[in-house]
Amino acid sequence: MTDYTRKSATELVALLQAGTVTSVELTQQFLDRIDAFNGVVNAYLHVSAESALATAAEVDRRRASGEALPKLAGLPIAVKDNLTTTDAPTTAGSKMLEGYVAAYDATVVKKLRDNLMPILGKTNLDEFAMGSSTENSAFGPTRNTWSLDRIPGGSGGGSAAAVGGYLAPLAIGSDTGGSIRFPASMTGTVGTKPTYGAVSRYGLIALASSLDQIGPVARSVADAALLQDVIAGHDPHDSTSLPNALDNMLAATENKSVAGLRIGVIKQLTGEGFQAGVQQRFDESIEALKAAGAQIVEVDCPSFEYAVAAYYLILPAEASSNLAKFDSVRFGLRVTPEGSPTIERVMAATREAGFGPEVKRRIILGTYALSSGYYDAYYGSAQKVRTLIQRDFAKAFEVADVLVSPTAPTTAFKLGEKVSDPIAMYLNDIATIPANLAGVPGISLPIGVAPEDGLPVGIQFLAPAMEDARLYQVGAALEEILEQKWGKTMLETGPDLATLVSEVK
Amino acid sequence: MSEITPDLVRHLAGLARIQVTDEEVASLTAELGLIVDSVATVKAAVEGDVPATSHPIPMANVFREDIVEKSLTQEQALSSAPDSADGRFRVHAILDEE
Repeated sequence: MTDYTRKSATELVALLQAGTVTSVELTQQFLDRIDAFNGVVNAYLHVSAESALATAAEVDRRRASGEALPKLAGLPIAVKDNLTTTDAPTTAGSKMLEGYVAAYDATVVKKLRDNLMPILGKTNLDEFAMGSSTENSAFGPTRNTWSLDRIPGGSGGGSAAAVGGYLAPLAIGSDTGGSIRFPASMTGTVGTKPTYGAVSRYGLIALASSLDQIGPVARSVADAALLQDVIAGHDPHDSTSLPNALDNMLAATENKSVAGLRIGVIKQLTGEGFQAGVQQRFDESIEALKAAGAQIVEVDCPSFEYAVAAYYLILPAEASSNLAKFDSVRFGLRVTPEGSPTIERVMAATREAGFGPEVKRRIILGTYALSSGYYDAYYGSAQKVRTLIQRDFAKAFEVADVLVSPTAPTTAFKLGEKVSDPIAMYLNDIATIPANLAGVPGISLPIGVAPEDGLPVGIQFLAPAMEDARLYQVGAALEEILEQKWGKTMLETGPDLATLVSEVK
Repeated sequence: MSEITPDLVRHLAGLARIQVTDEEVASLTAELGLIVDSVATVKAAVEGDVPATSHPIPMANVFREDIVEKSLTQEQALSSAPDSADGRFRVHAILDEE
């Protein structure tokens, strides 16, 4: 029997349309792999085998009757567990929402259903998407499918490991400070944070509303483009949703030329602080792009130095407000203390029991940043830094069509290595945060492994707002150059998950 | 040295409606102190008159037509509530007895 789980989403769409494989066969193959490996990898918090197979069977029946179906009909997908679904629990990785089933589907989930894509399950994440390693999940960390004792990145480690471990052809992620791109870098996969507002956030459990963006998690640039085209678009339910449609992303991946493209290397995001093997692969990629005809320039973005600091004021401030809704009244956990409980004591006991340490840290930090007497100095200054970062981007985009940096300063670290050091953990997102603060789109794709540890390295491209198509153009071009050099895809150069899992067992 | 003290942490946790143990107050005081010291660099980052940005892609006055749309039924809205009665959310006493 052919193993279809290794094929790209783009290939699978063609095979489904040609009738070479049925959606039920394909979905069952992914469910079998999940069954075999998820116990160790913990990429999925919930597996929706029954409803996925029901959707698949419906697609097969309608296709057999000659009905015209949406392009991605029958292609399975995984969804990060901070998007609401009416037929599966939505936990956001928190005890606060254990067992919660939403009364409505997120707009993105509805789009997947409208496109008749079987939803395989809900993927693991740091609690309320707060973290860079998935170690903050209340339901245990996800493991990296390149090395099971390492983090897959976060917060969307579950989606990245699902796609990287061939437990799904595609997945949905959300990116507030790098939660799609950082895990992509750690797992040798591709992830895009679209322009702010390009994809509806309706039904995404909000972390920081001015930063959150939903995007695609995939194994190739074309696959990510395919998914962005399906999930993007205006939504009247999200008042921050862009009114205008962006270009077709898949079409942008077909022009594999970088001749004359001006690529700006961000001075502040290379060199010192970046692992040697990360820097080496990055430099090689820049050389390869130059050889392919791109024009490489250096750009200076001095305010990026303050991006992490501004982010860790703006995010907690918005999160402390967004997470006030977990009040033990309308949904989620309720813990009733002994004695004579009032609603306030019930709330405080519930939030004590329901939130993990990182969530409490950020809520209290945000409460501090917004409190009178400190507001101007902290939150006010952070918002001004945000303006400076936007200005740095605007200036850089005068001389460059896209900007570039390594996605992360290091390769995947060991589980447990940074849990007790929040500041070290926050610095993982040093290169990804500026895009969220400015609302511009970014993509991460793999560029090989670091020689010193054999773990994946990611490169990040950034484009002006609404110009997501440029990311897919340059990303697809670099991917093609690298795959020609390797003679295979990045993930095909990695270890076999079955072997890794058998060594653990 | 940071201005984060155990009393301030207790006060902030109270505002955020999170009950905290003495151990949590001790660890939060130390951790938040370090974090606040490191994010305080933003205070020195801005010189002169710079406007604040609250939203990356500015949009104003996003309205829709004033027409009735389908919304959740009362049953759906109450379906996830920890407690409900007579079509309403049920909670503990709002006021203390004394």
